Amino acid sequence: MNALFLILIFPGFLFLALFGLFAEFIDRKLYARMQNRQGPPWFQPLADFIKLLGKEDIVPDEANARMFRLMPLFALTAVVSSIIYIPLWKTGALYSFSGDLVVVLYLLTLPTLAFFIGGWYSTSLYARIGSVRSLTQMFAYEVPLFMGLFSPALLADSWTLSDISRFYIDHPTYCFFNLIGFGVALVALLGKLEKAPFDIPEAETEIVAGTFTEYSGRLYAFFRLAIDIEMIVGASLLAAVFLPFGLKDEAAIGFLIYILKVVLVVFLLTLARTIFARLRIDQMVKFCWKYLVPLALLQLLIVLFLKGVLLQ
Amino acid sequence: MHDSHEHEHEFKIPLGPQHPALKEPESFSIALKGEKILGVDIRLGYNHRGIEKACEERTFLQDVYLLERICGICSHSHSTAYVQAVEEIAGLAVPPRALYIRTLIGELERVHSHFLWLGVAGHEIGFDTLLMYTWRDREIVMDLLAQLTGNRVNYGINTIGGVRRDITPEHGKDILAGVATLEERTKYYIRIATEETTIIKRLSGVGIISKEDALRLGAVGPTARASGVDRDIRREDPYAAYAEMDFDVITDDHCDVYGRTVVRLKELMESFKIIRQIVAKIPDGPIAVRAPRKIPAGEAFSRYEAPRGEDVHYVKSNGGEKPERVKVRAPTLANIQTVKHMLRDRFLADMPIVIAAIDPCFSCTDRMVGIRRLDGEKKEILGWESLRSFSLGWHRARGFDVTVAEKKLHQLMEH
Repeated sequence: MNALFLILIFPGFLFLALFGLFAEFIDRKLYARMQNRQGPPWFQPLADFIKLLGKEDIVPDEANARMFRLMPLFALTAVVSSIIYIPLWKTGALYSFSGDLVVVLYLLTLPTLAFFIGGWYSTSLYARIGSVRSLTQMFAYEVPLFMGLFSPALLADSWTLSDISRFYIDHPTYCFFNLIGFGVALVALLGKLEKAPFDIPEAETEIVAGTFTEYSGRLYAFFRLAIDIEMIVGASLLAAVFLPFGLKDEAAIGFLIYILKVVLVVFLLTLARTIFARLRIDQMVKFCWKYLVPLALLQLLIVLFLKGVLLQ
Repeated sequence: MHDSHEHEHEFKIPLGPQHPALKEPESFSIALKGEKILGVDIRLGYNHRGIEKACEERTFLQDVYLLERICGICSHSHSTAYVQAVEEIAGLAVPPRALYIRTLIGELERVHSHFLWLGVAGHEIGFDTLLMYTWRDREIVMDLLAQLTGNRVNYGINTIGGVRRDITPEHGKDILAGVATLEERTKYYIRIATEETTIIKRLSGVGIISKEDALRLGAVGPTARASGVDRDIRREDPYAAYAEMDFDVITDDHCDVYGRTVVRLKELMESFKIIRQIVAKIPDGPIAVRAPRKIPAGEAFSRYEAPRGEDVHYVKSNGGEKPERVKVRAPTLANIQTVKHMLRDRFLADMPIVIAAIDPCFSCTDRMVGIRRLDGEKKEILGWESLRSFSLGWHRARGFDVTVAEKKLHQLMEH
């Protein structure tokens, strides 16, 4: 019973969904204010979600209906399950085992795969171009993201997220050594969330809505919710690994700090979306391999050096 | 000869008639290989309204208002080009004050058009912040236009023989204040466009057209000037009050979308210069002369430098109340030929910005309905009646009878 509560209500599906919608509001409102616009009211993402739930689901005749319907749920399930292993406002996550960092990263890859399969099986030309783009993009950002997240793990000498955050709580100054990794992971997260300047797979003026062109109604609502939750999970992951503050405080204060950390990451993502134009896919891939990967390597070198000097 | 393996990866995607990148219906069929564009097929004709023909059915004065509605952005360009032609046939001496007011509205229109373009360009490369900023600032010039003419878009200020509204010294103050703000903003945008890395990455080297090709394909306006073609009707064949204005013709030799952006931004600065001179130098006097209802027989050809390039009107009168022929050649028709050329070997992602970079106005451009037969290469032009019967047959073949639906609709209306 308790497990069911944890999975479905708090901090599971319901909490994540509401927090995800809230983060979407923060994102949209900040984006609007920075563009000198009014922006939506706080309930707009929820209203959009409810509206989409009430709309008709249209499955294209030529689409593979089963895959088309399954993919939004697949994406949603993957992101919701990954939160279980991330320490949020306590040092320990709900469940943890040795190597759960790799599992979380793997689970976060699944939505992109779901976008690809969903877009591919909807058979629309725009969706197919979009889905190929999202897969191409994945091969560009995934490596720097993994490397960016592995270096703090290397310093902490553990592949378990709970252990990593416990290590940095005990050695708070160490997290400043990982600043480059934080930057790299943040930029890679932009690519994962398909936000400008990396919103290439859903570039509106080129391929309509990319992967999601044929999606409508409930299925589209779940895809959008999955992206919102992915943003929360990605931000929580970054917060747990790179910003391990307030995990030892009282639960209420720790919770507040956790929310603030996520909002900070969301703010940084929104800022990037406001001040950059969308890149082309070839430019994006080049950027990731030419700048992000060397930076991530530099971070690894720093960590290896520190491990040799400090922890002897 | 095509490699059969290569051929497998080629496919065609439609961009338009309905597409988020296009503000008006127009069809581009793109042959793609991966992200690379192999070829583009452009088809015009979704916006044709038969304005030229309609002009022959109306009086010379009514046509001013009809032609103003060719385009929602360069409305003043079309009406000025037309009245200039009519005035030439009738031999009317337009008072200098009227010419100054026409020039003023024309330049304000250029400012609003270029600001609009910059925003659209930002949107096409996924930089919506630029869109929001420029369109906010564009409101200043829209308000000025509304204050001067009573309207934001179709100003209705031209009439045969002059203009319909005078400007007061108070207007002059407001114009100068507005222009000062806009000049500051324009400087800021010039800085953004020339310094922001992602913008430069998306614009430079994209949509290249050499000076020779620009001349050969007959490009006009900023599209031609960005390829180093030093051509501006305002200087070469001065109309209205441009002969008395001091301004530079901006050219650029980047030959790409970046060059077109720079040309438009710098042209804004020249427009502010012209507007200031007009406010300072505007002569006193009447704003219109009386025009006859019947225009004597004759023909005239009028050129106008619209924000998008050279706009050409030809008017022929047979001595009656109505023109015998009105012919419009809008700048987009001259520029659209270059698009196909610019897109050769580019990426799909460049498509929207390359199309947008000529600042296309498809409602200006559309000519007629040509039907391409699916069974062969035979082309034919259909009249209204045959087009209607073709459409009825097309729908009937797909199980939908429009005539039955029409009858049902009529029955419903009667109840």
